Amino acid sequence: MAEPERIAAIVAEVMEQLRRTGSVVLPASPAPQPEMQSAGDCEDLTSPACKKISLLDHPQDPEALERMRGRTTARIGVGRAGPRLKTKTMLTLRADHAQARDAVFADVDSALPQRLGLFTVETRCGDKDTYLTRPDLGRRLSEEAAETLRQRCIPHPDVQIFASDGLSSTAVEANLEKILPALTDGLKARGLTVGTPFLLRFGRVAAEDHVAEILGAKVVCVLLGERPGLATAESMSAYIVYNAYVGIPESKRTVVSNIHKDGISAVEAGAYLTEVICKILEQKASGVDLVK
Amino acid sequence: MAEILSVGIDIGTSTTQVIFSRIAMENTAAYFAVPHVSIVDKRVVYKSAVHVTPLRTPVLIDGDAVRDIVAAEFEKAGFTPADTGTGAVIITGESARKENAAVVLEKLSGFAGEFVVSTAGPDLESVIAGKGSGAWKDSVDHQCATVNLDVGGGTTNIVVFSRGDVAGKGCYDIGGRLIRVSPEGRIQSVSPAAAAAARDAGVSLSPGDRADVQTLSAVTGRMAQLLAEAMGLSRPTPLLRAVQTPGSTPLALPPRIDRICFSGGVADCIREDRTGDPFRFGDVGPLLGRSIREGLLYRSLPVLEAGETIRATVVGAGTYTTTLSGSTIAYDEDLFPMKNVPVLKLTEAEEAAAFRGEAETLADRMVWFAGQSDGSRMLLSLRGRRDPSYGEVKTLAASLSRAAELALPAEEPLLVALEEDMAKALGAAMSPLLRGRPMMAIDSVHTEDGDYLDLGRPLMNGLVIPLVVKTLLFG
Repeated sequence: MAEPERIAAIVAEVMEQLRRTGSVVLPASPAPQPEMQSAGDCEDLTSPACKKISLLDHPQDPEALERMRGRTTARIGVGRAGPRLKTKTMLTLRADHAQARDAVFADVDSALPQRLGLFTVETRCGDKDTYLTRPDLGRRLSEEAAETLRQRCIPHPDVQIFASDGLSSTAVEANLEKILPALTDGLKARGLTVGTPFLLRFGRVAAEDHVAEILGAKVVCVLLGERPGLATAESMSAYIVYNAYVGIPESKRTVVSNIHKDGISAVEAGAYLTEVICKILEQKASGVDLVK
Repeated sequence: MAEILSVGIDIGTSTTQVIFSRIAMENTAAYFAVPHVSIVDKRVVYKSAVHVTPLRTPVLIDGDAVRDIVAAEFEKAGFTPADTGTGAVIITGESARKENAAVVLEKLSGFAGEFVVSTAGPDLESVIAGKGSGAWKDSVDHQCATVNLDVGGGTTNIVVFSRGDVAGKGCYDIGGRLIRVSPEGRIQSVSPAAAAAARDAGVSLSPGDRADVQTLSAVTGRMAQLLAEAMGLSRPTPLLRAVQTPGSTPLALPPRIDRICFSGGVADCIREDRTGDPFRFGDVGPLLGRSIREGLLYRSLPVLEAGETIRATVVGAGTYTTTLSGSTIAYDEDLFPMKNVPVLKLTEAEEAAAFRGEAETLADRMVWFAGQSDGSRMLLSLRGRRDPSYGEVKTLAASLSRAAELALPAEEPLLVALEEDMAKALGAAMSPLLRGRPMMAIDSVHTEDGDYLDLGRPLMNGLVIPLVVKTLLFG
């Protein structure tokens, strides 16, 4: 048997066994399971419907367990098999971890910048492996990118916004379409000039300092995918600096983090960032110098 | 960290009290996150003496005397009305049914500071008393079902807290002052509910009769029995329906009750087994207390010691009525404070229509609502959507602005409250469409049709609005 087929056969057998013992597939329940996402016969362990199911056997107070689980994304009330995690818990952990890795390694779907009318430029990394191993290169735009910016972006805007994949392309895909227009409209409504937005591949936070230098922006704001955790891979942050230059201390950055559907929603964050940026322009200061 | 002084004034059937508390709030979000202001501490800093509610006649409260009491307590506490940032004047029990209750409240409401609500209604009273007594905290701390019975002079307010949520509330005309006794030991007055209980117990009571402990104990015994019926411990008799306070909700009980807690003036008579004169308060409160202690209710369920007894309602009113809006909101500064804003809750269908961009049906409803509440001020209450798209927010903003244009006079503000966290985005999207009309969009606020809202001045550098949701107004 060829290697992939053998693996497939083994997996099928294991799954069948787990199904029989009831460790992986839900026991048939009279209540309909809402929105169970399934691909063929295989359920998506990372789906909310799947994660909602408690694995704890015979809880003393099921309702209390439900409430506690509702308050956290931590894996509580999962029961155990002897001294170890149950198979399903283990598999879900692995699946979540795989998702987190995917978020790091995947590229932003090219349809997204097109829909939003953004052009794409790159830092000096060239590929993901270099990006991960050479943070310094991720903080500088390539020569070509700098040139593109000079040609395509309006110079000296009050606020220059751009998006970057950072460590989670998933976060950019989940939030950018909601946050960018909300923020841009909000700033324009306050009479500010907003620079031409774009997408930066392989970007680290400090790439914004370089962008600010190239374009002469008063305020620069990068919307960047955060390092994914096992709870969500969709978290985005905004890093904002007044009068940035390459080498500016990190303490000068104002950060708004946790932008995702279970944190602060992207449109609401857009409205909030509008205010923060106005405050930064008023005070001519950002980061620890900004009086909140 | 910011602090506001809150005043609570309770004019009950038998007693009138004032308390002051300090409510502290703080941005509890992490430094790098969007702010989230919450109430972090509540501290009662002054408790007044327990005054007898002054009456001019059995159906009229002596408003001037009440005002004098309150004024004197402010002075004793060392505060002026201008010091108070929030609070509640609440008129409870039988007093709420006195003919001039609304007038008395109005008098005090203006007197006791700029943003002090006047609020009433038997259901809300039940909840307030249960929070003041400590029953609510117990149900939160122990994640259990705790019932509070606030046995006052005129009514018994019952609330069921299940893990901090209000699972049921109710109110019955059962109280210690339903029968009044003169210093000479004669029955002075008998309320209709007490008369009904007496008939049911097979005894006759008439004003002028000698107050006989045994006879009156039969009546209070029947009252205590009614409470046990209300709590589902014995089969409800027709009398229970008859003594349900008008305007209160039928009490819904959870499958299991872990603890009960007694507050109100009569609660002290339950706890202390004093052998003194049973008519020392000029009523049957001590007898009712004894009947409850000897009755089925007290024996059947574990009893939680109340943190506050006779002051539970006033402490609840002064400490627990104020809540905060979400911390990412939008508004025009000069709108505040606003009092008694009626809530128009959109149905799910109406809200869906607004999200689709339809303004006309909503405008019709707003015009109708304005006609009902004789005034064009209203708060539109929506559920909102979790993590909405920018398009959704813009469409909703357009519908709401358009509806305001169709239904409201030009200078009338557009007030919107949402449950989901999206108010700042909605406000930002609405404001260019409103052509100068003032606007407020707040979130994390849960209101129902028929509620009223009081909104104070923004706090914490304008991050949040303090507010009180109340369920009933007079007239």
